[in-house]
Amino acid sequence: MEQFITAIAAVIFVPLVLLGYIILGERVVERLPERLQIWIRPYFWALPAIGFATIFMVYPLLRTVVLSFRNNADTTWVGLNNYVYFFTFPDTLTSLRNSLLWLIFYTSISVALGLIIAILLDRVRYESLAKIAIFLPVPISAVAASIIWKFMFDYQPPGTTQTGTLNALLGLAGQQPVAWLVNSTTNNAALIFVGIWSITGFCMVIISASLKAISTEVLEAARMDGANEFRIVQLIVTPLLWPTITVVGTTMIINALKTFDIVYVLTAGAYDTDVIATQMFNQLANAHYGRAAAVGVVLFVAIVPLLVVNIRRFQQQEEQR
Amino acid sequence: MSGVQVTTRRETAPVTAAGTALDRWGRALQRLPLHLVIVIFIAIWIVPTIGMIINSFRAVGDMGTAGWWTTLFPPHGFTFASYQQVLNTENVATSIVNSVLITLPATVIQLAIATMGAYAFAWMNFPGKNIFFIVIVGLMVVPIQMTLIPVLQFFRATGLNGTIVAVWLAHSGYGLPFEVFLLRNYLGGLPREIFESAEVDGAGHAVRFLRIAVPMTVPAIASLTIFVFLGVWNDLLVALTYLGTSPNRPFTVVITQLVTSLGGGWQFLTAAAVLQMALPLAVFIFLQRYFVRGITSGSVKG
Repeated sequence: MEQFITAIAAVIFVPLVLLGYIILGERVVERLPERLQIWIRPYFWALPAIGFATIFMVYPLLRTVVLSFRNNADTTWVGLNNYVYFFTFPDTLTSLRNSLLWLIFYTSISVALGLIIAILLDRVRYESLAKIAIFLPVPISAVAASIIWKFMFDYQPPGTTQTGTLNALLGLAGQQPVAWLVNSTTNNAALIFVGIWSITGFCMVIISASLKAISTEVLEAARMDGANEFRIVQLIVTPLLWPTITVVGTTMIINALKTFDIVYVLTAGAYDTDVIATQMFNQLANAHYGRAAAVGVVLFVAIVPLLVVNIRRFQQQEEQR
Repeated sequence: MSGVQVTTRRETAPVTAAGTALDRWGRALQRLPLHLVIVIFIAIWIVPTIGMIINSFRAVGDMGTAGWWTTLFPPHGFTFASYQQVLNTENVATSIVNSVLITLPATVIQLAIATMGAYAFAWMNFPGKNIFFIVIVGLMVVPIQMTLIPVLQFFRATGLNGTIVAVWLAHSGYGLPFEVFLLRNYLGGLPREIFESAEVDGAGHAVRFLRIAVPMTVPAIASLTIFVFLGVWNDLLVALTYLGTSPNRPFTVVITQLVTSLGGGWQFLTAAAVLQMALPLAVFIFLQRYFVRGITSGSVKG
């Protein structure tokens, strides 16, 4: 009951408080001398946003870097020990390898499939209906998606009835069932596929939007010149879509590095499926703060190049405004 | 083709009809591989979900002995037993309520703050504005893993750890950079003349913001609301870290904990998954246009 009251209060009072903040604050600011107003007003408006960003992102980020050089209890400096641990301990090295697998396969396959499906669907009349089907997994949470795929990957010993969809199909083809999530040659691929399945619709929708912007005249001209569809896709469509593909690609790289939910729910990192983010969470849950911080910093360093790319792209866009 | 037409000029109509019909068949046949590939893709993308939803209406014993597809033929044996079991499982019903109590305020708080901040970045000039904004663009890609430990310590120090207020605040902090960025671009794209003429008429910033900027930004705010809402509703990591085993933990966390704690007999959780994804799917189906617009505007321009 108490929860309800707090929640309702938050939904109603937070906007009201902000409204009061704006109206009363502006009254005060308006009374100030003109020159002071110009200085104070913008900070007054941006203060809540900047405050939140500072408390929950900027300060924690710097603090995590510091913590990564401290022991787990945060009492002494330990130099690079936490990093040495990360780069020498077999378990963490496995997580590093798996994150690399995610990075390569999740990114390339989801973007490629998004592109291929967008191009194929552009050529049929039931495009919008088909798009809904491919997009359907996007709003589904990773938790629900994991339960969906637990049934696809379900394994029963050979000779018994297979209740998992994939193993039943293998049985139809006369093959032995595979323990997809346990077998260490298939489990990472299986998890990555669940990730791809969840996100391809997202890639497709964005790529499709830019595909629609390519003028049909260009394509018609190429067809008149006798170019076949494969050449058109290779020489005209893909180059024109390249800027979009890189944007989607960067988003997917970040997603791949941050992957947590699917692995955590489906295998909890067992059978050599750990990734950086699950590794970090486990260290955190065991109160190994120094080590957890070091894992976080490694993850962050991997993302820094993308951060720079994003800022560059933003600056270019600003120049065009 | 033309030869045929010349020799049978008198019966033009029926022959061309037959010709085009044949033509159409030929073209359809040529396009058959295309349709086939698309159908396979569609099947891969919807069959898993359909299979799981069907399973959620079967008895747990049946799920362990025969695949979901066997239910498509009589006797179907549909039952709500899994739903009953899930809702009677400890913590589940409360966690669904918690999910609502976490998601609504978290969404409102961050969007209100973001809109205000975005207005300052779009329509005011101040020293350091560009640097602040570049920091915000950078923060958009910072993994939240980088913030978990200090924020957890902050919540412990303030006694907020394990409360729903903690997750409201954390979600708001994490969501703000992207929202400020998106709304600032949208607000900045509004026609300058409207704001200038309002200023000439003596309207202060409060009036310009509340009477002009906010109403004109409703489409962007609507798309963003859907995203933020679903992002918080579907979140696992933030709630798992700051709520863990607290009685305030949301549905996703409880489902995850049930999956990992139950070795066997987890099959009834299909019903939990269906309940958890019902809201996002309903939002997607009914608000499709906003949904897709939100994705394309957020990513292509961003």
